[in-house]
Amino acid sequence: MPREGRSPKRPPSVNEASFAVAIRGVHKRYRSVHALKGIDLDIQRGEFFGLLGPNGAGKSTLINILAGLARMDAGSVAVLGHDVVRDYRAARRALGVVPQELVYDPFFSVREVLRLQAGYFGLGRENNAWVEELLQALMLTDKAEANMRSLSGGMKRRVLVAQALVHRPPVVVLDEPTAGVDVELRRSLWQFIQRLHGEGHTIVLTTHYLEEAEALCERIAILDRGEVIALDSKQGLLARGLDSVMFTVRTENPLTQLPATLENKVKQRRGNELVLQLHRRNDTIADVVDALRAHGAVITDLHTEKPDLEDVFLELTRKERRP
Amino acid sequence: MNLRGFYTLLYKELLRFYKVGFQTLLAPVLTALLYLLVFGHVLEEHVQVFPGVRYTAFLIPGLTMMAVLQNAFANSSSSLIQSKITGNLIFVLMTPLSHVEFFLAFVLAAVVRGVVVGAGVYIAALAFIPLPIHSVPVLLMFAVLASAALATLGIIAGLWADKFDQLAGFQNFIIMPLTFLSGVFYSIHSLPVFWQTLSHFNPFFYMIDGFRYGFFGVSDVSPLRGFAVVLLALTLLSALTLELLRRGYKIRS
Repeated sequence: MPREGRSPKRPPSVNEASFAVAIRGVHKRYRSVHALKGIDLDIQRGEFFGLLGPNGAGKSTLINILAGLARMDAGSVAVLGHDVVRDYRAARRALGVVPQELVYDPFFSVREVLRLQAGYFGLGRENNAWVEELLQALMLTDKAEANMRSLSGGMKRRVLVAQALVHRPPVVVLDEPTAGVDVELRRSLWQFIQRLHGEGHTIVLTTHYLEEAEALCERIAILDRGEVIALDSKQGLLARGLDSVMFTVRTENPLTQLPATLENKVKQRRGNELVLQLHRRNDTIADVVDALRAHGAVITDLHTEKPDLEDVFLELTRKERRP
Repeated sequence: MNLRGFYTLLYKELLRFYKVGFQTLLAPVLTALLYLLVFGHVLEEHVQVFPGVRYTAFLIPGLTMMAVLQNAFANSSSSLIQSKITGNLIFVLMTPLSHVEFFLAFVLAAVVRGVVVGAGVYIAALAFIPLPIHSVPVLLMFAVLASAALATLGIIAGLWADKFDQLAGFQNFIIMPLTFLSGVFYSIHSLPVFWQTLSHFNPFFYMIDGFRYGFFGVSDVSPLRGFAVVLLALTLLSALTLELLRRGYKIRS
C-alpha cells in the first residue's frame, strides 16, 4: 500500500499538471532484473497514446506503477498532476485500467461487480444509471444478472472494460485489451475505445497488434528492455522507415543459396518467396534481380511495399539488441 | 476517509460469505453440534469442571468460541487468498481505498461471520441443554475482540500464503492447536502444572476463559486480566497487519 500521510503533499509542478500522465525518471528493479531504467514520458491530455514493446520490455511494470499495483524504486509518476504515491486517492480516481489478464470475482454477477467497483471509488446509487449505460454500450445488458464464471472470454473482457470505466476516469489505460479476442469483438472494442477518445478521454493503449496501434494511436512510445527507444508521432515513426523498401521476390524453386551481397538484407524466407529490405538510395532493384539471376534464380513474380509500423518496430528493437 | 468505499468493501465481504452460507454459516454450526453430541454424551457422567455445572453446559461456551475464532480466521484469510490467486484483488488495490479502510472492512466482516456462527451454535445448543447467560456485555466483548484478533491473523496468513496449501498449514499447525489447547474441552486446572503454565502464554485460552465467564460468572483467571490479554493481542496483531498492508506485503510488487 502507498505510504499515505507520511510525507507532505508536494504540489505538482505546472508542467506535470498539464499532462494526463507525467512519468519522470522511473526506475524499477526486481532483484537482479532492472525492469525500468529511468523512464521519462509525458502523455498529453486527450491523446490516444500507444505503448509498444516486445515481451518483457517493461510495459506492464510501468502500467502497474501507474495503477499503484507496483512501487517504483526511484522517480515520480503523476496522473492529471496527482502523484500516484503521495496523492494516490486523486490519482486513482483519475485513472481506469483494463488489465491484461482475464481476472474476475467468481462470487458476483456482472451488475454486482460493476456497482461494487463504483462503490470503492465512493460512488453510490447516483452512479447506477452510468452502470446501466456501460452495460448497454458494451452489449452486456442481457448478461447483467449472470455470474462472472458463466461468461465467455470475450464477455469477461468487456466486463473488464466496464469495470475500468465505472468511475468515469478521464485517463484510461488498456493493457492488451484485444489479446485473444475474436475479430468481431476486436472491432467492436476498437469502436468503443475510439468513442471514448472522441468524448475527451485520454487513452493509453498497449498492444501486440501493431496494426491496431497504427490504426488508433496518435503518438507511440516503444519500450525495450526497460528503456524508451522511440517516442514519436505515428507519422514520425513510419517516416523512419522511408529509407527502406520491402522487396518481395517469388522464384520457380526455393533458393538454397543467396548472393553474399544480399545475405544481410533478408527479412523473411518462406519456401520460394524471399523478402528483402532494401535501402531506397543505396540499392537498386535491377542490381538485386541481376544478382539473383546470376545465382540461377528463375523469378516468377516480384513487388515492392512501403514498410509498416511492424517493420519499423522490428527494426528499432533489433537495433537495440545489436552489440 | 473514503467512507463509502470502506462500506462497499465491507458489504462485498459480507455478501461473499452470505452467498455461500451453507458452507460458511451452517456447516460450522453443524460441526460444533457434532462435537457437543459426541463429547457431551461420552463425558457427561464422568467429568464435572465447575461445581454445579454439567459437562455439556461447560462445553457449549468453549465450542461456541472455537467456532467464532475459526470462522473469523477463515473469513479474512480465505477471501484474501482467493482474491490473490484468482487475481481479482487488483480491483480493490487500484481504488482510492487506504490500507486502514481495507483493514477495517476485512476485520469487521470476519467479526460479523464469527459472531453469527457463534450465535448459531449457541441457539442450536439450547435445544440440548438450557444455558442461561451471566453477562451479555462480557460475552459480546470477548466474542468481538477475539474474532477481530483472529481476523487480523487471517489477513496476515492470507497475505503470507502463496497457495491454499500454505494457508491450510497455517490453519492446521497454528490456529487449530492453539484453539484445542486453550481449554475448550477442559479447565486448565485439570492439567499438570507445566501445561497449566504453558496455557497462560496462549492468548486463545484467555479468549475462551473470558467468554465462558460471560455464561457462568466463573472462570480460571480473572476476566479483567483476560480482557487485558485479549486486547493486547488484538492491538499487537492489528499493528503488524496494518504495517504489512501499508507496505503492500506480497500484494503490491
